[in-house]
Amino acid sequence: MPIPSSLVTLLVGMALVLSGLWVGYNVDLLPLDASANAPVYDSLFRVLFSIGTILFLGIVGLVVFSLVRFRRRAGDQTDGLAIEGNLPLELVWTAIPAIVVLFVGLYSYDIYQRMGGMSSLNDHSAMHQMPAMETMEASAIAVEGGKEPAARVWGGIGTGAGEANVLPVEVTAMQFAFIFHYPEADITSGELHVPNGRPVELRMKANDVIHAFWVPQFRLKQDVVPGQPTVLTFTPTKAGSYPIICAELCGPYHGGMRSTVVVHEPDAYDAWLQKNSPVKATVASAPSTPTA
Amino acid sequence: MTVASPNDFQDSLQPQGWLRYFSFSLDHKVIGLQYLVTGFLFYFIGGAMAGVIRAELASPISDFVSRETYNEVLTLHGTVMIFLWIVPVVNGGFGNYLIPFYVGARDMAFPRLNAVAFWMIPPAGILLIGSYFITGSAQSGWTAYPPLSLTTPALGQVVWIVSVLLLGGSSIFGGINFIATVLKLRRPGLRLMQLPMYCWAMLGTSILVVLSTPVLAGTLLLLSFDIVAHTGFFNPALGGNVVVYQHLFWFYSHPAVYIMVLPAFGLVSEILPIHARKPLFGYTTMVYSIMAIVVLGLVVWAHHMFTSGTPPWMRLFFTIATSFIAVPTGIKFFNWLATLWGGKLALNSAMLFSCAFIVNFVFGGITGVALAQVPFDIHVHDTYFVVGHFHYIVYGGTVFVIFASIYHWYPKFTGRLLNEDLGRLHFLLTFVGFNLCFAPQHWLGLNGMPRRVAEYDPSFTTLNQISSVGALLMAISSLPFLYNVLVSAFRGQVAGDNPWNALTPEWLTSSPPPVENWIGEAPLVKHPYGYGVEEDTLSVEAATGRDLWSGAGRR
Repeated sequence: MPIPSSLVTLLVGMALVLSGLWVGYNVDLLPLDASANAPVYDSLFRVLFSIGTILFLGIVGLVVFSLVRFRRRAGDQTDGLAIEGNLPLELVWTAIPAIVVLFVGLYSYDIYQRMGGMSSLNDHSAMHQMPAMETMEASAIAVEGGKEPAARVWGGIGTGAGEANVLPVEVTAMQFAFIFHYPEADITSGELHVPNGRPVELRMKANDVIHAFWVPQFRLKQDVVPGQPTVLTFTPTKAGSYPIICAELCGPYHGGMRSTVVVHEPDAYDAWLQKNSPVKATVASAPSTPTA
Repeated sequence: MTVASPNDFQDSLQPQGWLRYFSFSLDHKVIGLQYLVTGFLFYFIGGAMAGVIRAELASPISDFVSRETYNEVLTLHGTVMIFLWIVPVVNGGFGNYLIPFYVGARDMAFPRLNAVAFWMIPPAGILLIGSYFITGSAQSGWTAYPPLSLTTPALGQVVWIVSVLLLGGSSIFGGINFIATVLKLRRPGLRLMQLPMYCWAMLGTSILVVLSTPVLAGTLLLLSFDIVAHTGFFNPALGGNVVVYQHLFWFYSHPAVYIMVLPAFGLVSEILPIHARKPLFGYTTMVYSIMAIVVLGLVVWAHHMFTSGTPPWMRLFFTIATSFIAVPTGIKFFNWLATLWGGKLALNSAMLFSCAFIVNFVFGGITGVALAQVPFDIHVHDTYFVVGHFHYIVYGGTVFVIFASIYHWYPKFTGRLLNEDLGRLHFLLTFVGFNLCFAPQHWLGLNGMPRRVAEYDPSFTTLNQISSVGALLMAISSLPFLYNVLVSAFRGQVAGDNPWNALTPEWLTSSPPPVENWIGEAPLVKHPYGYGVEEDTLSVEAATGRDLWSGAGRR
């Protein structure tokens, strides 16, 4: 096989790797990172993007090079070289992808852990979620019967679950809206308002069909499945307004099922709570809302 | 070689001439072309639906069709393209035409079952598309997730289920037939490891079909009970579980991806060596790669459900299993690159489409490995990133291979060559249009555009319009192709029996081949990729079946 001299191959390979790394770390394809998850996610994206760029440029380069260098010249009716295989070469290109894939798998496992995906949310949910969930999903849990109902709360990905100052919000997804209810302040809202820097725990349920709660700037998505109460936690890190998008086909108006999450600075959030609390008169005298 | 009159073989009740393409013919070549032409009809119908989708998405508001119609169209587009175009064409179409040649048989193992399998497709297709005009078609996407599929209009959903059950049945019949033909109908003296690679691809695909399609059939039956008889298998209000449906559905529908791409891998493995004038590199590792993909392909389904409330350990297992599919797939791609290396590449339409397949599929494979990583997938699941990814696999991969295969085997089907200039024009328009259409969708998904929506954030308008222009180019690209295929059948340059000077057995007979494939005994092709070997100078035109059988001019 007429391989170019090893030096040229080495230099081309190094240029390829360096350009892939450069592209991975300098081309920004992602939206703003506004949650504690997002920078972790973005570092995984950069690694995947670098590896992908190296592989893609390398293979496209080989195809184009072959098409130009080995094209059949006019009048040439001869065959190419009768090479049917090369065991060392085949071993190398089996081993390299296997190692790359193993590395990517382990790395993404690490990322997943840092994003809170491996925390045993079921146990945690069983301990302190039940009162809220019982009222929300009494019928669905009753039907599931046999098993201990507490274990049937599904955990989504997320950090900050179980922390002391977590802000619980009940989310109801229906055709074609999200309804947010703040159990501590007894506020019901069509938009999600959260304070910057404080972990938020969404206790989600769906009324009719499957919906999905997605905030691109948080890099978080969780299906909201009827009959399957789900918990999703996140910690916003940048004030601003970001879209909440339903990402699971839920009917004709699926594309219009959108809302907004507003991340306030803490004092602005308190002001929003004050303004919207249904029991304005009593808030001042009875400081029962722990956030106030 | 002379062509035998079909009258010598066909019993008198079978129509002759062109009419046999509309008959219950038992000839595998007729059935193959029936699949192929039927598939192309549905491809153009599904393509028109894609046109409706891209026209709707040219503006950020829902203004082209009603929202219900939009959901019907996207459901039909997915169903038609998967079940009526890609699966029947790469399996039934090329499989029926080529497999009997490759194993040295005169027909498939079960010719009547074969004809039955084909004739289940037109009624299923007419039912599916007719439902749009008569009852209104299904609106819940090709995945038909409950509870949405239980709450959308029931009649359209039931018709959809009946249609998919028919098509699944057809697919199972075909799969059984291919397994039996490859394993039991090989010409005496032909060993498994001497078969052309497409046989291995079809063997692996058919194993997947037979193992996984019945699961889909059972699932859809339960779903239809939920709709018609108000049972509660998947209805949470009656104690059912919707995630169970997703597990069962994807147990078929992920292998379905391999049912769509493995045959394409096989077809490319036939096309590249001939137009590169080189043996297929790494035959043995190719075979093991196919079988590895079959095994791994059965244990990766839950990567479609990373956001649906699956336990953490399950997410981890399916991430690792899915990532490892990249290894056997990578081996195949490196082998094709090595097949090209040092060859004498004819830059014709078949070769261009095949090389574009490599480029597109590698891109789709890289985004696929990324999607296998749970944390990555959680952000982009159910977004346009996924739409871009699977169109790179299924269109950039399989459909490009179908076009390459048409340019490659058309001379065998008809005895005439396709026009190369029109072919290259078709390639150029398709390649540019395809990439313009689907590459921007990855960015849209990363930045917040979910899939299956009729309206979107106005900041995404420009890229959506670029994507729609790409779709328009793809539509235009089918015009030179259609003209070429229709006109060349009558006025194309006469090809001769073996225009590519190929060694695989379908070229060692006349073009088009006679009924029962060979006049004498079938040739014994022990080395279908023996290019560049000294002894291979025996003229194929002069060789008789006996010469080839006895190994003259061949290793």
